[in-house]
Amino acid sequence: MSLAQQGRRVVLAGLLLLGGVYVRALAFTPVERFQGPAQKIFYLHVPAAVTTELAVILVGLAGVFFLFLKDPRLDRFAEASAEVGTVFAGIVLTTGPIWGKPIWGTWWTWDARLTSTLFLFFLLISYHLLRGAVTDAGLRARYGAVLGICAVVLVGFIHLSVYLFPTLHPQPIVLRPGKPGLPPEMLVTLLLSFGVFLVLYVGFVMQRYAIALRREAASHG
Amino acid sequence: MGELLGQAWTVARKDLVLEFRTRTALLSAVVFTALVLTVFNFGRDPTAVATIDLAPSILWVTFTFAAMLALNRAFQLELENGALEGLLVSPLSRHSLYLGKVLANLGFVGVVEAVGLPLFVLFFNVPVGRVLLPLIGVIALATVGFVSVGTLFSAMVVRTRFAELMLPVLLLPFLLLPLTYAVQATARLLAGRPLSEVSGWLKLLAAYDLVFIAVALLLFPHTVDE
Repeated sequence: MSLAQQGRRVVLAGLLLLGGVYVRALAFTPVERFQGPAQKIFYLHVPAAVTTELAVILVGLAGVFFLFLKDPRLDRFAEASAEVGTVFAGIVLTTGPIWGKPIWGTWWTWDARLTSTLFLFFLLISYHLLRGAVTDAGLRARYGAVLGICAVVLVGFIHLSVYLFPTLHPQPIVLRPGKPGLPPEMLVTLLLSFGVFLVLYVGFVMQRYAIALRREAASHG
Repeated sequence: MGELLGQAWTVARKDLVLEFRTRTALLSAVVFTALVLTVFNFGRDPTAVATIDLAPSILWVTFTFAAMLALNRAFQLELENGALEGLLVSPLSRHSLYLGKVLANLGFVGVVEAVGLPLFVLFFNVPVGRVLLPLIGVIALATVGFVSVGTLFSAMVVRTRFAELMLPVLLLPFLLLPLTYAVQATARLLAGRPLSEVSGWLKLLAAYDLVFIAVALLLFPHTVDE
């Protein structure tokens, strides 16, 4: 079985599991007292956001190792991870406003957290634009690595400064000092959803990696 | 360390001498800055928005564009006659090449800002007298941040298609952060707030500068090597 086929199966499994998570979220998880059913989007929004950040961090790490090892597999992985990260950032930026309209009364606000996600999205887009503008494959890989590393450093910086600005956005409720601030049923649903998003991430990256391999084969042949 | 800085200075001097002898790029950048400031004057309704509310944004958007213009030509210069190859085979270390380019860009952007700031004060009647020194400090710190990342990216984009367009696309997300810090600091300075309210932003700017100079120094060799 080829890598692309394996990737497709992983994604299919991920989508089925996501359906399962939503059955659990809608039927077996309590409704949030203040936000009502709008809060259900949280099980898509938060895992997508975390997976986006994970994808970007992996792009940066792959970049660091690529510059030392010059292994083309690392570059293919970075490219795939960045592209999947872009899609997940797109999910965050779509589900956020859908929740924001009923809860905040506005689709978008220039809040620090929203802005930093938008930053991330722009960074990922410019990463693809840069790769598209370089014709030489070796140079493209190196430039991608350099920009990926810079992007991770910038994201770290943004995270530090996010806490300095006043925010409307709900504060972190799972990864925070002390106990998670949500009931156990919600926490389990959220964690399941995290797992499912990781499966989806792996499946998409496998497929994108396979595309990169085919493109290389086509350009060499 | 001494050798590194000596070599860097050689590179910077070469660029600056070239720049001041031809003056075309420098003059164009200065005129561009004056024009952007003028455009801002017509791009607002002076009866609706007080200048002082808009002043920090005007100053920093103008300086960001001016810096980007300057950074675009940093390595463009070296493309002619394969000058970059010449620099790379010379006994210069890659690090001093980067630092030299940063120094030259700082000189270039510094001149543009030195003309832009008085024009800004004149056009928008901003009272800077009492806060001039801290304001120059903010400008210097933010400019170092702009130039440190910009020089690295400028070395990359010269070998891409649509280089002139690629640099702003890559660079703007990185400039937005120091821009935000600088706007916050400038707004507080112009509003006559105590310096203690500004020092946090200055520290952030300084941290940004240090981190990105270090990252760029490490990464620069990978952008120019064949």
